[in-house]
Amino acid sequence: MSVFTIARLELLIARRNMWVATSLVLMALFSSVLTLAGGAPTGTLGVDPLLIAITSITTLSVYLIPLIGLLLSFDAIAGEAERGTLALNLTYPLSRGEILLGKFTAHLVVLGFAVAVGLALTAGLTIWKYGSADLDYLPLLKLYATSLALGAAFLGIGYTVSALSRAPAVASGVVIVIWLICVVLYDLGLLGALVADDGGFFTKSVFPWLLVANPADAFRLVNMPDVPASSLAGGLGAAGAASGAAASLLLWPVLALFFAWRALRKTEA
Amino acid sequence: MTILDIKNASKSFGDLQTVCDVSLDLAEGERVALLGHNGAGKTTLMRMALGLTPVTSGRIRVLGAPPGSRKARAAIGFLPESVAFHGALTGREQLHHFARLKSIKTGVADDLLERVGLTAAMHRKIRTYSKGMRQRIGLAQALLGPPRLALLDEPTSGLDPISRHEFYDIVDDLAKNGTAVLLSSHALTELETRTDRIAIMSKGRLLANDSLSALRTTARLPIKIDVRATADTAARLAKNLGGQRINGCTVSLEVQQEEKVSLLGRITGLGELVKDIDVTPASLEALYRHYSVPDQEEK
Repeated sequence: MSVFTIARLELLIARRNMWVATSLVLMALFSSVLTLAGGAPTGTLGVDPLLIAITSITTLSVYLIPLIGLLLSFDAIAGEAERGTLALNLTYPLSRGEILLGKFTAHLVVLGFAVAVGLALTAGLTIWKYGSADLDYLPLLKLYATSLALGAAFLGIGYTVSALSRAPAVASGVVIVIWLICVVLYDLGLLGALVADDGGFFTKSVFPWLLVANPADAFRLVNMPDVPASSLAGGLGAAGAASGAAASLLLWPVLALFFAWRALRKTEA
Repeated sequence: MTILDIKNASKSFGDLQTVCDVSLDLAEGERVALLGHNGAGKTTLMRMALGLTPVTSGRIRVLGAPPGSRKARAAIGFLPESVAFHGALTGREQLHHFARLKSIKTGVADDLLERVGLTAAMHRKIRTYSKGMRQRIGLAQALLGPPRLALLDEPTSGLDPISRHEFYDIVDDLAKNGTAVLLSSHALTELETRTDRIAIMSKGRLLANDSLSALRTTARLPIKIDVRATADTAARLAKNLGGQRINGCTVSLEVQQEEKVSLLGRITGLGELVKDIDVTPASLEALYRHYSVPDQEEK
């Protein structure tokens, strides 16, 4: 019960949170623009217009969803510790795990709502432009599910940082650095290593694992099975890359939440 | 029945011992004030009773259960020294949340909002509240239950004199219904008639634990009497009464309780010479200093 009580309060707060409003507007705006403009280069070729939109949105989501996840979560523990409400909450009959789970539930609902609005706009606009015939909705559902997994992973990472840093100002700085590393610098580093290695041991045996280990890259791999991204992970083979990436996306939220719970248990209220 | 039972509790952070061998118990319906300067260990003692900070040695029991256990937590109402609720919530939403956490009907929360005088403001966001109103929200959540044990850390800070009075009315009602109340404060005057017992802490040790009048009697601290004359007559006054001249026109005297009335009689007998009299009983500061440094007082 306590989990739902916490989640309910977090949803009330989220409804009045500037970050939440911003992320909703961003998701809706980018989804609409990419759907409307995304079809332009292909003209009226026989390619599924929904698939083209999804490809664009996947690329966008790799940046946007981790950012939203981290923005929602960085204040969750540190803010409460600073305000003194964490200590007060812990004098009530509820555990730290319940607090974490309640917040996670609420934030995942918020994230799920933002992504759903974006993808619904995409589907709606595609149908409006091209008609509903011959559209394959499975990739859309896959994009939604993996978006939630990606968001959940970064929510967990955000809570961990929040619990460890204890000050919201510090936590916000750290999550921005983490975001930058995961979605930009990590790939740049791998690219640099690939170039330096020139097709050697690293490229064949280490690189594919490093690629799927990053949840952002795993997300990209799962949602773009037919583009060069998966051939980059060639060492695993196409099937290996897909299942490795799926496993990564499933494992990350669980691991990140576990770390957050461990960190929160050590946080002195 | 003993609600809170603290036996030889100590807490150290590395070399720093913030609470040292404190034993204190609260019975049903008892109001106990915990006094002490900043860093005396009051907050740490409360946090140990709440289970937020583990004891280094000793034993604490709340209704027979270890602090921090579900049973203990369900029985406790706590008002932290400084707490800032989320500004985006209304007072009512915040209190309903706490009621739900304690599995109490939200209607009870509405009654409590009225009790602490927040009914008119309950639909406003907490960020628009004054410091006193925020303190009332904190108090209201500590009253949910009602708790068997109320731990109130500096509950009257930020409250105006009238609100303080209302606050102690609420504490009285709590105690009448059997809640054991432990509150920490700096202001001695308001505690005088409103608590059953005073516990004084200094540097982590519990130095006194008795009723206020008993503490005053045991301490035998002098009462300070300031007599004001004019610049010309002060010398005559000082010669007549003894005592110390300060500021040119005031004479300061110190007497024990039993000599007070006769001295006041002598002063009023001086007639025109006296412009004004101030009588100050031993302040918290003096009592506190007496109990925290007993050796110096005996010299």
